[in-house]
Amino acid sequence: MNDLQTQSLVIRTPEGIVFPLLLASPVTRFLALFIDSLAIQAITIALGTATALLMPLGGTDMAFALYAVAAFVVTIGYSMFLEWAWRGQTVGKRLLGLRVMDENGFHLTGSQIIIRNLLRFADMLPVYYMLGGLFCLVSPKSQRIGDMVANTVVIRMPKISEPDLEQIMEGKFNSLKEYPHIAARLRQRTSQDLAGIALAALLRRDELNPQDRLELFQAIAERLRETVTFPQEATDGLSHEQYIRNTVDILFRA
Amino acid sequence: MIIDLQKFIKEQRPAWTRLEKFLDLLERNQARRLSLDEVREFHTLYQRASADLARIATFSSEQSVRRYLETLVARAYAEIYESRKKGQKLSPFKWFFITFPRTFRKHIAAFWVALLITMIGGAFGGVALMLDSEAKEVIMPWSHLTGSPAERVQEEETAEEDRLAGRKASFSSQLMVNNISVSLRAVAFGMTWGIGTILLLFYNGIILGAVAVDYIAAGQTRFLLGWLLPHGSVEIPSILIAGQAGFMLAQALIGRNDPGGLKQRMKNISADVINLVGGLAVLLVWAGIIESYMSQYHEPVLPYWLKITFGSFQLLLLFAFLGWSGRNLETVAKKPQQTLAGG
Repeated sequence: MNDLQTQSLVIRTPEGIVFPLLLASPVTRFLALFIDSLAIQAITIALGTATALLMPLGGTDMAFALYAVAAFVVTIGYSMFLEWAWRGQTVGKRLLGLRVMDENGFHLTGSQIIIRNLLRFADMLPVYYMLGGLFCLVSPKSQRIGDMVANTVVIRMPKISEPDLEQIMEGKFNSLKEYPHIAARLRQRTSQDLAGIALAALLRRDELNPQDRLELFQAIAERLRETVTFPQEATDGLSHEQYIRNTVDILFRA
Repeated sequence: MIIDLQKFIKEQRPAWTRLEKFLDLLERNQARRLSLDEVREFHTLYQRASADLARIATFSSEQSVRRYLETLVARAYAEIYESRKKGQKLSPFKWFFITFPRTFRKHIAAFWVALLITMIGGAFGGVALMLDSEAKEVIMPWSHLTGSPAERVQEEETAEEDRLAGRKASFSSQLMVNNISVSLRAVAFGMTWGIGTILLLFYNGIILGAVAVDYIAAGQTRFLLGWLLPHGSVEIPSILIAGQAGFMLAQALIGRNDPGGLKQRMKNISADVINLVGGLAVLLVWAGIIESYMSQYHEPVLPYWLKITFGSFQLLLLFAFLGWSGRNLETVAKKPQQTLAGG
């Protein structure tokens, strides 16, 4: 069974660049499906209201006939139409940041959209997507039956904005830089993971509540201090956060 | 070595922002075609972003910049390396009269299997009813079929009121929706290695066989033909076509006599499955109309000879359509066919 949190599909471009597409977990997909079911119900109710309004014009029989056909078309065609119009997204998927893609990282073709949605009838077996959910759990790419046949995957598209480093160290005095030989040792010894954690903590400092921030910065600063030891005069009066700022400045500014 | 991240971002950011704008534009408007200059610029920006991703992935562990670039490169990659043929403009007429029957003929073996299973089901249903007439209540899904055929015929022929008056259109639409739903299930159940499709066709066959034997044994063959032929001559073949599509999926899933991988096998048949589904849906719309407006009316409203002639003629026409329509074009250049999905 797959780890629901960390699955990804790795794509290698002809340029040799490798990037991962984060696969959506069955739980997130189920939530998106639930939202889409509500959307379909809302449309069907709206159609019912429109039918009631049309009755005096076209007669009860014709209005009911149109309603039955329209409701069926909406139920079958909702996902097909939206995945085509919104490039692999429906209302539920858009709200939860999911997208259907070709499993090679390309956009969907019309044929893929139709076939993956037609096969919902198999995924729905025996009730409410149990078979599809089971396939999602056990398949390496979290694919339901429709996805397997259409060669599609559902990926997570977290909203990632452009990185901003303005807030870190621009033009401030860094007492640690007074010791270039220790700074060089720091660059050499600090693991990439630790450097990344220190930078991420600074970039996201405003997202943390004060107490958590203090504890986090203390833990990171202690780990950095274990890597190299600067003379006491260089670190005197520096808070944990300031120590991390100075360290990150050394690590990320050549 | 860890690169100067701030300098790096400052220098590269305008190119990333430009690439992101291109991507937003293309994703918002699918029909948008870039000019040659735009394509060149887009490609250059993609290559720059790829190179930046390679640098940052090698020299830095900074996660947010890396994720940002990965997302950017992934989006651009989908645009640049998409080499699959874009869908042609769909011509419904050409698709229905040429592509659909050609697809049907291409996979005719799966249709014969569907027909055979339905016939076995029919024989089973017929024999079951002959051996045990009380089985009727178990076999027949609708209450109006469980009574005596002779009584029903008399009731229908002496009815003074039109029982469908004022609800022909809604009855017709219900039939369409129900039949298309059943057909879609028959197709999709092919993914249960064909077992679901077999069960559905077999059960359909049982009902058909039981009804036929029930009415023939009661001496109501003329009524039976007049009742079933007008719509059944289209509806039953449509369900069989659904079974055909289901068996195509099952065959691709099992992969017998096909060395290609599962993905390739599914890719090979998916357009054909869609064509068959589209075709049978059109046929079932017609069958729904006929069933509501013609099949439910018997003598003296509509003479049986007229209904039987109509149904028989329709069956022959469907047979000719599926067997020959578009055949003269099959020997012409082997161009890829237009599909309902436009692929």
